[in-house]
Amino acid sequence: MGKETPFTKREFKSVGTRPVRPDGIDKVTGRARYGADFDMPGQLVGLILRSPHAHASIKSIDTSKAEALPGVKSVITSKDFKDISKTDTELAEILENCMARKKVYYDGHAVAAVAAVDAKTARAALKLINVEYKLLKHVTDVDLAVANKAPVINRNCKTAGVDPAPTKASNISRRSEFGHGDVDKGFKKADVIIERNFRTEQSHQGYIEPHACVASVSPDGNGELWVCTQGHFVFRQQCAQMLGMDVAKLRVTSSEIGGGFGGKTHIWLEPVALALSRKANRPVKLVMTREEVFRASGPTSATSIDIKIGVTNDGIITAGEAELRYTSGPWGGSWAMLGAMTAFACYELENVKTVGLEVLVNRPKTTAYRAPSAPMAAFAVESMIDELAKKIGMDAVEMRIKNAAKEGTQSSYGPVYGPIGIGPTLEAAKNHPHMKAPLGENQGRGMACGFWFNFGGQSCTNLNIGIDGTATLTVGTIDVGGARASLSLVVAEELGIPYDKVKAVIGDTGSLGYNEMTDGSRGTFASSMSAIKSCRIAIEDMCARAAQIWDIPVDKVIWQDGHAHATGKNNNAPLSIAEIAATAEKTGGPIAGHAQIVADGAGVSFATHICDVEVDPETGSTRVVRYTVIQDAGKAVHPTYVEGQFQGGAAQGIGWALNEEYIYGEDGRLQNPGFLDYRIPVCSDLPMIDTQILEIPNPNHPYGIRGVGETSIVPPLAAIGNAVSNATGVRMTHVPMSPPRILDALEKHSEASDEEPAL
Amino acid sequence: MAEVFLWGALRPSAGGAASVTIEAKSIRELFRKLEEQFPRMQPFIDEGISVSIDGVIYQDDWSQTLPEGSEIYLLPRIAGG
Repeated sequence: MGKETPFTKREFKSVGTRPVRPDGIDKVTGRARYGADFDMPGQLVGLILRSPHAHASIKSIDTSKAEALPGVKSVITSKDFKDISKTDTELAEILENCMARKKVYYDGHAVAAVAAVDAKTARAALKLINVEYKLLKHVTDVDLAVANKAPVINRNCKTAGVDPAPTKASNISRRSEFGHGDVDKGFKKADVIIERNFRTEQSHQGYIEPHACVASVSPDGNGELWVCTQGHFVFRQQCAQMLGMDVAKLRVTSSEIGGGFGGKTHIWLEPVALALSRKANRPVKLVMTREEVFRASGPTSATSIDIKIGVTNDGIITAGEAELRYTSGPWGGSWAMLGAMTAFACYELENVKTVGLEVLVNRPKTTAYRAPSAPMAAFAVESMIDELAKKIGMDAVEMRIKNAAKEGTQSSYGPVYGPIGIGPTLEAAKNHPHMKAPLGENQGRGMACGFWFNFGGQSCTNLNIGIDGTATLTVGTIDVGGARASLSLVVAEELGIPYDKVKAVIGDTGSLGYNEMTDGSRGTFASSMSAIKSCRIAIEDMCARAAQIWDIPVDKVIWQDGHAHATGKNNNAPLSIAEIAATAEKTGGPIAGHAQIVADGAGVSFATHICDVEVDPETGSTRVVRYTVIQDAGKAVHPTYVEGQFQGGAAQGIGWALNEEYIYGEDGRLQNPGFLDYRIPVCSDLPMIDTQILEIPNPNHPYGIRGVGETSIVPPLAAIGNAVSNATGVRMTHVPMSPPRILDALEKHSEASDEEPAL
Repeated sequence: MAEVFLWGALRPSAGGAASVTIEAKSIRELFRKLEEQFPRMQPFIDEGISVSIDGVIYQDDWSQTLPEGSEIYLLPRIAGG
């Protein structure tokens, strides 16, 4: 697509403005329909029975009493799904996560489900299901899982990426290695080397809307699914395969979405709802409770990272090396791999080596969480950069600027960078008033950088011109963070009509070709490329219609400012879209533009964050008092939404850095599955997060757009860690930096140095 | 002829080499020849490999051409949130 519509450095009229969001009124008045807001006639209530054990074999499941209960219309277990483990291992694992087959692998793993006429009956039915377990040893800690005597969670798990291939099973599913140069030689050139272990605890995306869906499957094999998701086409594909349905016969409609951040890129309860409906021959609604969301939907990895960096006395990094161990839940993943790829991506390094190990544990299946895996790696690297700068007596920003990657740098994960924004974000940080503001008592300032790839992929759009000259754009990517507004701006720009004459809607799976999910910061990047192509097809058609109306050759017609213009000696007044559309039935019928593309060439993204914290020395409680995000957005289509993405990522990162963590008991059960004990930041916990948008165009997009949604969660863990360390004089190496952990670090430091810490 | 750089997990399939030389004009041809010359790469190709051509990452486009003298890097497919 980039080749068809190259970047042209055009001047924009609509793109870059800040119109009112198109979904705002519906959302603030309660008209917007989320996952649980949809109902069908005759709908049943579905509930899921979940394992109370962290690891156990299922000896038997007796559902007979539940099935006999009046009002119960269907009861299902794994037996109601075909075993696909021999034909599609990856999909079989996803299905096994939705419904346990022979073993339960974590506290909260689904073992059976019921559909009944009301919630009371469904709850009673769950209690009548008798599951006989044989308890097995469990492990939930990332480092204990790779220790010698750890129970092996999956006997078929043999580490991939190791040569020769191991013959014994272990809890490491894959080893990934990246880098270039010779780190041993690099460390020999260093004047100062620091080596540390950093740990981050598992956190949840914390979306406010729980997973919810309504499924209806008819005896004729047709089905409908209304669902809160980040990717309804992907959900359709996977659910249809699991249920043995024809893809075309399952129509999936996405609801509004109350947050996803990666957690709604995976299916959890949808095949269960479909199977319940098929068995009951009635629609079934399934809605997770908050406790279920925590226990049984995808958190991010817990990590343990060993890292070593060497620098010269004048601040040049001579080598960087890290082993990153990331939990992936009971099945393999690619989370450590992403950590290993992103860890050193901000810097130009001659010698770098990273190794990622995917670690199986008895916790819920790890899922993508906004720039998945990058924040933890950045916590380790950016904390070390600060510490090294301090050690050699150099300003931390200057040291980062000195080592920053630039156009032509070979990235730590392989390819050479094109035009990138890490240097400009660092320069902007250096010159930002925040950097020079005075600090109060018990306060410290920290900063950190972050990187994320962004990607594109398949997108498909329809543009339809109404008879009044308005335009409807149908897209297949979910609007998570303002895509309808930004895509409307793109269509307005392309057609040359006002923003309020464009309506962007999310089509169901029957209305468009396959669209990949809204993930990887791809929604606006990829769908805008397709929308531009749709517009240009429609414009070409409208020029042909104008030629017909004027009875002149089509090559004498050009498109400008929302009008067809006749060129040469023709004396015809320009025709607006509305005028062309008014005669559409006489000039060829409906005016439309359909496009399908693979949007490659997503530009990588960098950010630099600055934050000030205040640490209470009595309680260890930390408060963020000022926070600034500086990020390269490519062309910011709707700057208010871009700022919102920057702020949202920072807010999530702040919560993760200071409070959020999964706490497991000795029995392997989750101790804090609710927002009371798993505390995400609320408005009163946060200062206004300042933002600065840098616009370094992506040369692979016609408007220079990059993805912006994820990068802003990468630096906060390290920025806050550095700020806390600067406030207290104690290096923090364990996230979250909760009050007990800070007090403990202060006490240990005090004991070790036999003097009071810096506060 | 293009020098194709491999990420760590692919190297055992090529006898430990960090790069291999392949005569290919497009991503499709590149994958076909990699499969022919290094059969152990097939599972990785089936799973999905991204190809970086002069720093631009292509996840799905077989038709992309490999310009003479370009930097070609094979990468695992990435997931996002």
